[in-house]
Amino acid sequence: MTEERRVRASTAASAQTLVKIRDLHFSRGERKIFDGVDIDIPRGGVTAIMGPSGTGKTTLLKLIGGQLRPDRGTIEVDGLDVHALSRRELYRLRMRMGMLFQSGALLTDLDVFENVAYPLREHTRLSESMLRKLVLLKLEAVGLRGARHLMPAELSGGMARRVALARAMALDPMMIMYDEPFTGQDPISMGVLVKLVRQLNDAARLTSVLVSHDVAETCAIADLVYVISGGKVIESGPPQQLQESGSEWTRQFMHGLPDGPVPFHYPAPDLESDLFGRAA
Amino acid sequence: MTEMLARLGAGWILAVRHLGRALLLLLRILEGLDELVRRPRLLVEQLFSVGVLTVLIIGVSGLFVGMVLSLQGYYILSQFDAESALGVMVAASLLRELGPVVTALLFAGRAGSALTAEIGLMKATEQLSGLEMMAVDPVRRVLTPRFLAGFLAMPLLAALFSALGVLGGWFVGVGLLGVDDGTWWVQMQARIDWHEDLYNGVVKSLVFGFVCTWIAVFQGYNSLPTSAGVSRATTRTVVHSSLAVLGLDFVLTALMFK
Repeated sequence: MTEERRVRASTAASAQTLVKIRDLHFSRGERKIFDGVDIDIPRGGVTAIMGPSGTGKTTLLKLIGGQLRPDRGTIEVDGLDVHALSRRELYRLRMRMGMLFQSGALLTDLDVFENVAYPLREHTRLSESMLRKLVLLKLEAVGLRGARHLMPAELSGGMARRVALARAMALDPMMIMYDEPFTGQDPISMGVLVKLVRQLNDAARLTSVLVSHDVAETCAIADLVYVISGGKVIESGPPQQLQESGSEWTRQFMHGLPDGPVPFHYPAPDLESDLFGRAA
Repeated sequence: MTEMLARLGAGWILAVRHLGRALLLLLRILEGLDELVRRPRLLVEQLFSVGVLTVLIIGVSGLFVGMVLSLQGYYILSQFDAESALGVMVAASLLRELGPVVTALLFAGRAGSALTAEIGLMKATEQLSGLEMMAVDPVRRVLTPRFLAGFLAMPLLAALFSALGVLGGWFVGVGLLGVDDGTWWVQMQARIDWHEDLYNGVVKSLVFGFVCTWIAVFQGYNSLPTSAGVSRATTRTVVHSSLAVLGLDFVLTALMFK
């Protein structure tokens, strides 16, 4: 391959990558959350970040969104180094990113309609009638047009997440980040959310980053899966490939085995010495 | 001994770090004031929630404080046949000290704690993070209007407290204890000084409004996003604000009435 063709191929590859994470290090106090993580999130697909609870999946989304600053390494979104941007530039970038929080994070003093209208009122000068049409269309997409007058306290967990999804899509972003969207959902709500994530991604030509530890649901819709644990990427690839992985760790996680490289017991002195008082 | 010194040092470092963080937050809050020119509705909403909803407790307290002041003042002044000075005593006490100070203490308990709890809960339920990810600065949108509303509401509430206190005092002094009505008002009009009494009282309540609201919004914004964290932040708001008001009152009084 000539040098010119190599450069062209590399440019094409980076154009295909929306989020590029390189050598990411992040700690909270003494605890290392990420220890040299490299992740590429391709445009147009659903990329899942999976791993056990407490591995820093939500932290990763906050780092991508610029809400946290890494100790070392870079995160580029659409070619922009997130942590080198000024506050104004970061906010401009965030207008092209949506995020669905685990709790929904709806503004509790506004009803469903006003919650979805909020980013439009903040960042556009649309007329009231145009704004109304847009909000109703967004709510229609998540099946909650009829719930527009309800307050957040009147919504179930699944409905709140669907409203939050409509709000995240309000400005037609290029990507949406989902923080544990399936946690604590009944089977019907879960099915609705799984379908919505995939459908909206394809219909609106979004890029979706999905953080979850619900293996079956996530693998059903993800194009690419990264499994992280202990501050590192353990394995990555299409869901099918990970299901058949030879790695003991990946197998334990993907098949939900109670014991394996991640032990069932939290480290402790042996039971006998603990019970009969010979432990330190 | 070394350990005690180290702990003391660590405590001071933590306190200075908190103060630095609070000052940086204050700068960001003040930077956002232009937002309120473009969206005055945000300020009006907060004036209602911080100011109007605090009127009842301030009004009732002012009335009773004035009544008690009049009662106590009458018993002392009557020993020197100086009941005619009762109106002046009540008005000066209220305008110079009790109006600004008691209003600020009540404000910290009623509105300050509510501000901290509201902001802390918004943080705990990820509403502030949600705003950030919608490219909306939560400091400008949530903190600045609340801060300015508290700052502006305090002197108005203190004025209400003092006015109702004077009326309460009049009711007891003139209505129940028989002090001459004309003397009550004329003495007050003649002896209360615009600058010494009224102006200084307003300055005090502006300072208290600034400090109490700053503490309340900082504690809310800086709280741990858990129920225990919000509860501790609310308690800190009331304790820190009360101590700050009492300490500042001494300093301001020493400077104003040399």
